Amino acid sequence: MKPFTYARPSEASEAVAALAADPDARFLAGGTNLLDHLKLGVVEPSQLVDVNRVTSTAIEDLPDGGLRIGAGVPNSDLAADPRVRERYPAVAAAILAGASGQLRNMASTGGNLLQRTRCVYFADPTTPCTKRDLSQGCSAREGWARYHAILGTAADGCIATHPSDLAVALVAVDAQVQVLGPDGARTIPIGELHRLPGDDPTRDTVLAHGDLITAVDLPAPTPAVRNSTYRKVRDRASYAFALVSAAVALEVRDGTVADVRIALGGVAHKPWRATVAEAALRGRPATDDEFRAAIAAELDAAEPVRSPLGGNTFKLPLVTGTVVSTLRGLAGGTA
Amino acid sequence: MSTTIPLTITVDGEPRDLDVDPRTTLLDALRDRLGVTSTKKGCDHGQCGACTVLLDGRRVLACLTLAVAKDGADVVTANGLATDGELHPVTEAFLANDAYQCGYCTPGQICSAVGAIDEARQGMPSAVTSDLTGEVTLDRTEIAERMSGNLCRCAAYVNIVSAVEEASRA
Repeated sequence: MKPFTYARPSEASEAVAALAADPDARFLAGGTNLLDHLKLGVVEPSQLVDVNRVTSTAIEDLPDGGLRIGAGVPNSDLAADPRVRERYPAVAAAILAGASGQLRNMASTGGNLLQRTRCVYFADPTTPCTKRDLSQGCSAREGWARYHAILGTAADGCIATHPSDLAVALVAVDAQVQVLGPDGARTIPIGELHRLPGDDPTRDTVLAHGDLITAVDLPAPTPAVRNSTYRKVRDRASYAFALVSAAVALEVRDGTVADVRIALGGVAHKPWRATVAEAALRGRPATDDEFRAAIAAELDAAEPVRSPLGGNTFKLPLVTGTVVSTLRGLAGGTA
Repeated sequence: MSTTIPLTITVDGEPRDLDVDPRTTLLDALRDRLGVTSTKKGCDHGQCGACTVLLDGRRVLACLTLAVAKDGADVVTANGLATDGELHPVTEAFLANDAYQCGYCTPGQICSAVGAIDEARQGMPSAVTSDLTGEVTLDRTEIAERMSGNLCRCAAYVNIVSAVEEASRA
C-alpha cells in the first residue's frame, strides 16, 4: 500500500474543501470497499479524509411523511429502522440481502451508493480494464462475464455492473440524494446519480471530485412502495453479489395494475429502472401473461455477452423469471 | 512521507497507547503492535470473517478498519470475552458443541456469534426473517444467514450453528 496522510475534519465543508484542494485525496467512510482497493492497488490516494464525524447517523422524519437518512447511517441501522421496515420494505430487504452482518455494521449509507464494481478484472491491476484506465481494453468481454451487464452497454465498452443492492431499492422508491460540493449543496434524483459507461467508464456517478453525499431522502411512501420487496438471485444463498436482482413495488386495484416500480440490479452499469416494463403494465390486468410481456419488452434492448469463458445470456430468462415471480407475489399470488 | 499518528484504543478492557502509520489496519495493530493474536488474519480482504472483533459493541472486520480512524474506540476480541475467569457463554457453547476443527476461524466465529445474538435480541431482522416487521426467532436458518460472513474451511458449520443456538438460549 502506498503511503497516504490522514485527516479527520470536524465540519462537512472542511472535508469537501480538503478534497477540492487535492485531486488525489479520497473520502473515508465505512472503508469496507476502499480498504480492499488500497490493499489491491486499485486506488492510490495521497490523503484519506475521514468523513465519519461530519456525516449524520440519524434517520429523521420529513414533513411530507418521508425520511431523511444521514449519509453516515450504518447499513444495519437503516435496515433495522422500524419506519423503513414498515413503509419501505424493499429498502430494508435490499440491505439485508447484501454483504454480511459485520460489513453491514461498518458500511455507511453514502458509501454503499459509491461502492465500485466487483468485476474481477477491475479489482486486478495486472489485467487490462477500461474502467481503471481508459486507454486499456475490457478483459471481461473475452473473459469471465457471468456477473456483467446486459443492458445499457456500448459496443466494445465496459460491461461492469453496479454492485449495490441498496441503490436498486432506492431507485425503485425514487429517493433523492443530498450532496455538498465545492460550490454548495444540491439534490440529485437517485436515478440520475449513477451513469451508464458511455465513453468514460472510469466514472460511476455524476458526482465531481469533492462532492460529498450528506443524506438520502425517501419520499412519502405510496401504496405501491408500502407493498414492495427485493428479490436477489445469486450463486450461493448468502454473502454473494447479485447475478440478477429486482426491487419491485406494486399496487393492484380491482385486478388492474394501478402503480408499479421495477428496478433491476446485476444487469447494467447503474441500477436499471425498467421504465419500458412499468409503462407496459400500468392499467393492465395483473396477470402472469402481462408481467411476462412487459419484462420481455424491457429486455428487447438487451445485449448479453457471449464470451469464450461463458457469457451471460442466461440473464435474460433469469431476469424474466425473477421479475414475474416477484410481481406475482406482490399481486397476492404465490411467489 | 507518512508520519505516525498517536492514538489510544481500549483492547479487552485495557487502554493501550500506540503510534501508527495511517495505513495500519486495526487487525495489524492488534496482532503486530499489541500482541493480541487471538484475532486472526485469514483473507485480509473482508471475505472470511476470521478477524471479527466487537468495536464499541458491534461486530466488525478488523482487516477493513484503519486503526487511525478508531482513536478512542473500545475493542473486544475473543480474548476479552471472559469475565472473572468464567468463559463467555458463547465460548462455552463452542466447546460443548465441538464447534471447530482446526480452530483458526474460531475467535472470529465467537465474536461474530456474540454480535449476532445481540443483534437478534435487539429485534434486527435478517434476509431470511419472514416478517420484516415481526419478532425475530433465532432458529437454525436465521443463525446460518446471520453467520454467513464467517467462513470455516474445515466446514464445522453444523456444530457452529448448534453452538450459537445453544448460546442464544442461555
